[in-house]
Amino acid sequence: LTWQASREYAETIQPALFITCLGDTLAPQVGRATVAVLERLGMEPAFPPEQTCCGQMHFNAGYLDDARALARRFVEVFDGYEAIVAPSGSCAAHVKAQVAELAEEDRGVSARTWELSEFLVERTRVTDVQSTYRGSVTYHPTCHSLRLLRLGDRPLSLLRAVPGLELVELPDAEECCGFGGTFAVKNEAVSAAMLDAKLDSVLSTGAGAVCACDSSCLLHIGGGLRRRGSRTRAVHIAEVLAG
Amino acid sequence: MNQADRLAPPEPFPAAAREALGNAQLRTNLLHATTTIRAKRALAVAEVADWDELRDAGAAIKDTALRSLDRLLVDLEDVVRRRGGTVHWARDAAEANSIVADIVRAAGATEVVKVKSLTTDETELNEALAAVGVHALETDLAELIVQLSGERPSHLLVPAIHKNRTEIRDLFREQLGLSGLTDDPSELTAAARAFLREAFLRARVAVSGANFACADTGSVVVVESEGNGRMCTTLPDVLVTVMGIEKVLPSFADLEVMLQLLPRSSTGERMNPYTSIWTGVSPGDGPQEFHLVLLDNGRTRVLADEVGRDALRCIRCSACINVCPVYRQTGGHAYHTPYAGPIGAILQPQLDGERGTSASLPFASTLCGACADVCPVRIDIPALLVHERAKVVAAQRRGLERATLGLAGRMFRSSRAYRLAQRLARLAQRPFARNGWIGRFPPGPLRAWGRSRDLPAVPNQTFREWWESRDRA
Repeated sequence: LTWQASREYAETIQPALFITCLGDTLAPQVGRATVAVLERLGMEPAFPPEQTCCGQMHFNAGYLDDARALARRFVEVFDGYEAIVAPSGSCAAHVKAQVAELAEEDRGVSARTWELSEFLVERTRVTDVQSTYRGSVTYHPTCHSLRLLRLGDRPLSLLRAVPGLELVELPDAEECCGFGGTFAVKNEAVSAAMLDAKLDSVLSTGAGAVCACDSSCLLHIGGGLRRRGSRTRAVHIAEVLAG
Repeated sequence: MNQADRLAPPEPFPAAAREALGNAQLRTNLLHATTTIRAKRALAVAEVADWDELRDAGAAIKDTALRSLDRLLVDLEDVVRRRGGTVHWARDAAEANSIVADIVRAAGATEVVKVKSLTTDETELNEALAAVGVHALETDLAELIVQLSGERPSHLLVPAIHKNRTEIRDLFREQLGLSGLTDDPSELTAAARAFLREAFLRARVAVSGANFACADTGSVVVVESEGNGRMCTTLPDVLVTVMGIEKVLPSFADLEVMLQLLPRSSTGERMNPYTSIWTGVSPGDGPQEFHLVLLDNGRTRVLADEVGRDALRCIRCSACINVCPVYRQTGGHAYHTPYAGPIGAILQPQLDGERGTSASLPFASTLCGACADVCPVRIDIPALLVHERAKVVAAQRRGLERATLGLAGRMFRSSRAYRLAQRLARLAQRPFARNGWIGRFPPGPLRAWGRSRDLPAVPNQTFREWWESRDRA
């Protein structure tokens, strides 16, 4: 498809942004970049202001009552939107895999929820979003993007289409970075050891940035890189595609 | 295991893991061994075109067995008795151990040879036998190494994964009195073989576990690599098999599926070197007295949990352990259970009723999901981990985590409260934030984060504040 045709097709979609609590509070640049990419494709995303958190953290930590309440709330807030786009593999995976059961009635909301790269490649059918980048990037396939959403090489196909971006393969890419929500605090020592292994892999590539589809894992990896005094940056795929 | 270890209550996982992380040798060995075995498994599985269908079949067979356990166990008892064996029922570890001790005593033996068995590790049979003056000798090479060093196995399948050959040479020099021994692997193996062969010929009683037992034929199956199991199940006069009740299969024909799934998943081999199958007693051939001890020890409690019961499908292949990024860092000792790694983290808490140290195990995971991808009987381990976490949380009434997450849960129920919390966080971080990052942390849960990572500060403008300002403009 030509860029013009892609845009004309994408313009017919009216997505709602699920920016995630973590993205809203600690990584607003990811949400802004997501808006930039969608708008470049001709879409006019909505941002339902009542949104807070999908309840993933509570669910994964074993707090089911809170997870149920937040799942019901998520359905209320996003009911009626034809596509719900989240720049987060793990939040999208939680909504798709758990919210229907937790909320008891999901009115099709789970099935209409997309992780950003999946939305671009599958729903808008675009891999070249007309971005440019200067520098080398290595890609970390976060666990929930990889094994719950089965994103496969969709994010990579988006990155490969960016002129000026040199994609460097990450050794042991499929190993977890050690974040795991409350795990990072409850099992801090193991989490740190896993992070160390991931940082060693990232730094061994010599890439200027490590890219992923999850702000939470990037928060972990980025926080580790900064603690090491490294100049390698942790960037969300939306930030790369918005360039 | 020494006396002090037995008396001290085991530490919860985070503390035990921290200790294990300090053992550089252990971590080097673990990394090497798990990397090798993962790669072998991946190759062995890739050869099988219908692997996913085999996994479906394996899961279905185990589910069928677990649903009809009441009938199958009685069938098994009946047919084993008709074939000349004796069947015992043990409610818990203590009952199982005393049954075995009575059998050994009746045979007039003071030593038994053992086939590697997780179930008897679970019941701590060796210690129970020692208490009544019976020495239980492990005959699997790695189990022997672990036993001689007075330790516990660190891996379900490769119990001495934490030891290298220099350490083993020193151990054999000291324990087997072989002062001139080198660390050449074939020399080490030969030394163990000579030592074990004497024991096989001397022993009157052997103890084994079971990988499977077939309810229709009464056949018991032990799968192994070294031939020590074959020696134990054929040479002594008396054979005692201690088996968890979940190991029963409906039919001998089910082995067709299970014996494809198990070796490829566990050692990455197309078929394991030795598969011993025996049915009751064969007059004039092999042990003339066969006892089958059927062990519950919490399994019926697991069975009563409609979600948790899937853990009983486990065939102890250890594929989940080898791919687990947490286990890869800590090894098995930190779990304080014979069932380490992801499967241990869902099985042991259930066997214990989510009490004691094992209640910390379901939290020893990032929910990365690598385990579920390799499980040959399709146990959704991450889902069961979350299920177990919920049980542990439901039993807790107090604590900092409950208070924090409870507050967060209420805050997220209202966008106004949530926005207020964002603003409060911006104020609270002021003494700690520098250039958009927090590197020093106040006491509390964030300090654990801060030991190895910085944290981005809440920026001057959240996404929604940006969105609103844009709307206005």
